Amino acid sequence: MSEAVRGGLATTSNRSVNPRAVARTKTAPRPGRVRHAIGYALLCLVALLFVSPLVYMVATSLKPADQVFTTPPTLWGRSLEWSNYVQAFTYLPFARFILNGVFVAAVGTAINVAVAVLSGYAFSRLRWRGRNTVFMLFLVTLMIPQDVLVIPMYVMMQGFGWVDTFQALIIPWAFTALGAFLIRQFFLTVPQELDDAARVDGAGPVRTFFSVMMPLARPTMAVLAVFSFISYWNSFLWPLVVVNDVEAHGTIPLGLQQFFGQQGSEWNLVMAASVISMLPTVILLVLLQKHLVKGIVTSGLGGR
Amino acid sequence: MTTIQDPPAAAAVPAVATAVAAGTATPNRQGGDPGPVGRRTWWGAAFAAPHSIGLVVFTAFPIIASLVVSFMNWPTLGARSFAGIENYARLFADPVFRTVTLNTALFVVLYVPLNLVVSLGLAAWLTPRIAGRHVFRVLFFIPTITPIVANVVVWRMLYQPGGAIDATLQSTVGVHAPNFLADEHWAMLAIVAMSVWQGFGYNMLIFSAALDAVPENQIEASQLDGANAWQTFWAIKFPLISPSVFFATMMTLITSFQVFVQPFVLTKGGPGTATETLVQYIYNTGFQNQQLGLASAGAWVLFVIILGITAVQFLGQKRWVHYE
Repeated sequence: MSEAVRGGLATTSNRSVNPRAVARTKTAPRPGRVRHAIGYALLCLVALLFVSPLVYMVATSLKPADQVFTTPPTLWGRSLEWSNYVQAFTYLPFARFILNGVFVAAVGTAINVAVAVLSGYAFSRLRWRGRNTVFMLFLVTLMIPQDVLVIPMYVMMQGFGWVDTFQALIIPWAFTALGAFLIRQFFLTVPQELDDAARVDGAGPVRTFFSVMMPLARPTMAVLAVFSFISYWNSFLWPLVVVNDVEAHGTIPLGLQQFFGQQGSEWNLVMAASVISMLPTVILLVLLQKHLVKGIVTSGLGGR
Repeated sequence: MTTIQDPPAAAAVPAVATAVAAGTATPNRQGGDPGPVGRRTWWGAAFAAPHSIGLVVFTAFPIIASLVVSFMNWPTLGARSFAGIENYARLFADPVFRTVTLNTALFVVLYVPLNLVVSLGLAAWLTPRIAGRHVFRVLFFIPTITPIVANVVVWRMLYQPGGAIDATLQSTVGVHAPNFLADEHWAMLAIVAMSVWQGFGYNMLIFSAALDAVPENQIEASQLDGANAWQTFWAIKFPLISPSVFFATMMTLITSFQVFVQPFVLTKGGPGTATETLVQYIYNTGFQNQQLGLASAGAWVLFVIILGITAVQFLGQKRWVHYE
């Protein structure tokens, strides 16, 4: 295939004497700028089309109930009904769902980051028998789709007596191997001299870890924490399976689905609830976009 | 954690898969290996222990347990008994199971190429020369990290008769839009369209970053040779980002086989069973009909399909993926 690619290149370079190409570079400036402007306008149009469902969501959440469906569609109703948000909070215990969601996500994230930073350190900077084998096994667990785990996990929760509890929402997914991988990738870039210096100072692995390595890994831990938090926050299938008493243990997506089931016709309220559920992650995204993009890219393939 | 959009699950797996593909658990970067100076101790195992134990208890054990359960009669409550291959036999004889498998396959066949084309196209479009490029990126990324249930609910409203799409068509062209979610010919297409909108942002980000890493001089060289943007993309950029494309394809395939929330909230699998997917079947069997053995068998069929697709992808990658 690489031959084929090079062949393709060769053909294009043979055509480089082609007068059209030369002509284009000579007369380039103006048509180029016009074309660029048209292209940019088109891009803005695409972006606008793309966000229109979200705009529609926000707009509908502020409409009076009787103006939700109109032909032609309008963006704003007679008045801005901020009270829709109050109603969304009072019809179902949305504040409770938010608290539940924050609690589950925060505790899960804490466990996730804590175990990952320990194992990431062990996989990158300590020598021990079976290290590579264990790490490969960690990677293998990432191939297992979580949907496949849902049934046996439920049976396990029954066995533990954990059905319809917070620990059932938190613990089973707090050990994903992904964190170990992310942290390990980071630690591999830390110069060996640091360990050596710590050792010369008489620090063992534990002190080296707590006073040298972990502080260095903070930014990576933060990225992992954000991803972990968002994952818990958005999770739907598992809460749907393991929570019976939605009012007590429901998280936002589950509450939203319930709300939708009961208030299916009150679209303005449903949209208000949707806006509420999206806000935290959108805020995280806007505030931390650079770090998140970097997290995705360095853990992904961008760095190569 | 179980939806198509899960950022963490999707996030690092490309690089993870690189490690697996290259067969190197330890890609020696700088300093990684303590080398001969550090002696082997038990400290490493101790540091890795909490995470390892968690994975054994909450991943390794359940996956094996589910295989065992799939060969048993296992009602949610009540007596359990060994069933042999009865669950699998029942699955393959069940016309609904065949339908949901075909539905899932149809979703995958429509969704994956569309997602890749849109994400690759937009990533190529959003070159560093585009003003406000990071704003566009963030915009396109929003639906991938907001709760999928919320996004789906919004689209439910758009698709509704009298909803935004229908109302727009009526007031501009003067015709009614089809009742997308109640029409068996439209329902799956509607789910695919919504899913592409919701999910392409992640791949776009991966591709965008990969394209940024393409050396500028190679692009310039090809432009000097008279290649237009299209030719430059396919001859220079695409081969260089092919590892990213490969892993994005693989991840998207794997997650799309697990599609659940979109049909579940948009159509409940309907009309009839026109949009019921494998995961919804597993969910219904396990938690509505309380047949956990049968549901486990269904989950294992899904798992084997996913493993098979992954294996085929890995074997096929040599033909088009270029590692430096």
